Amino acid sequence: MNKKIVQPISRPVIGAGGLTGTWRTQRPVYDASLCNACLLCWIYCPEAAISKEDRTIDYTYCKGCGICAAECPKKAIYMEREESR
Amino acid sequence: MTKVFDSGNVACALAVKDVGVDFVAAYPITPQTSVVEKIASYIAEGEMDAKYLPVESEHSALSAVAAASAVGARVFTATSSQGLLYMHEILHYAAGGRLPIVMANVNRAINMPWCLYVDHQDAVSQRDTGWIQLFAASNQEIYDSVILAYKVAEEVQIPVMVNYDGFLVSHSSMPFETLEQDKIKEFLPPLDPPWRIHPQWGGTFGNVTPSEEYVPYRYALTEDIKKAGDVIVRCSKEYEKLTGRWHGGHFETYRPEGAEYFLFSMGSMGKEMEIAVDLLREQGIAAAGLRLRVFSPFPEEELAALLPAGAKLLVFDRNLVYGSAGGALLQLAKAAFFNRRDSLQVIGISLGLGGEDLPASVLVAKAREMMEVCK
Repeated sequence: MNKKIVQPISRPVIGAGGLTGTWRTQRPVYDASLCNACLLCWIYCPEAAISKEDRTIDYTYCKGCGICAAECPKKAIYMEREESR
Repeated sequence: MTKVFDSGNVACALAVKDVGVDFVAAYPITPQTSVVEKIASYIAEGEMDAKYLPVESEHSALSAVAAASAVGARVFTATSSQGLLYMHEILHYAAGGRLPIVMANVNRAINMPWCLYVDHQDAVSQRDTGWIQLFAASNQEIYDSVILAYKVAEEVQIPVMVNYDGFLVSHSSMPFETLEQDKIKEFLPPLDPPWRIHPQWGGTFGNVTPSEEYVPYRYALTEDIKKAGDVIVRCSKEYEKLTGRWHGGHFETYRPEGAEYFLFSMGSMGKEMEIAVDLLREQGIAAAGLRLRVFSPFPEEELAALLPAGAKLLVFDRNLVYGSAGGALLQLAKAAFFNRRDSLQVIGISLGLGGEDLPASVLVAKAREMMEVCK
């Protein structure tokens, strides 16, 4: 079978959906002093934009959906309005 | 090699059994034909090692074989008439997915009004779905075309539809020869897909694409379909070497020597046309038969190269392009010759719709009517 044929298949890579960070109207802000490292934010983040190690948020890809802030039992993440770009 | 005397549907089912298909999904009720019933019985009796999935619609049947093809199975389904129309959406999916699916379509009239008999409108109206379409005219050609279809589909990774005329061929018994399975394996090696959906694969099939990725992808499909015409001819020659059986390349020509009038048609009408050509030759008319085997990709350049300057192409369509002068073959043939500067003439009619009987005498009369217009 010809392996050179253009196939409708893709593999996951960082940023496959483009710079989704530009979609944000609100940004999640992380307060390390309130965090107990339960990692619920890391589990829930649909964009894998939260670091497992230190919960830093990758604003290049974070769409600002707010799921992390809603799920955080310690309210260590809150949503802040994006300044006009 | 076994000699069999049975219907076109049995010839198709036997070929599916002999190539070693892994998965068959089909809607078993009308407009389905006996081809899947026969396959179901081969599997039930243990003559064929495959999964058989009866589904609730043709849309689901093609969806199921598309999915099975994407996990690396060699697949088959069959339909007819309205069933093919119901598959329309998934026809695009299968071709866009570059899945080497083989499907038999028994050409029958479409509604309304309701009619059961032979007509090419079903297949012709699916022309622009990205499928390769072959038209077989005898039970032997059906058997051989199914094997050829797998060879071509798996090489170019484009699905292939094997068409044959409802009732005239599908339900008529004729003698034909099968091929030993080890000989088929020589011609058609086991399926080796370049990718397949698998838990460890880690890829995505048919993902969303921005236009800059979509465009080259679409161009690749149309270019590859165009090239598939040559692959069909090459594989037909390879098959002939193995079996001695030859039904033609893009076309089957009949008495082309010194011909002025070429009677162009598709399906079983092309076989009846041979008798019409004999009758016309007896009347002193230099007629030849030209039966199209590859409807899609339409062999535009090959048709133009085949006809000498000054030839007259009489097109017999068993379908209609509504509001135009005739059918799809006429339009495609005219397009093929539009840029030729010689005196070649193309003229055509649509006939034989809904199973209208076309004995050679009718074909001769229609051919003579068209010849009058050519003069």
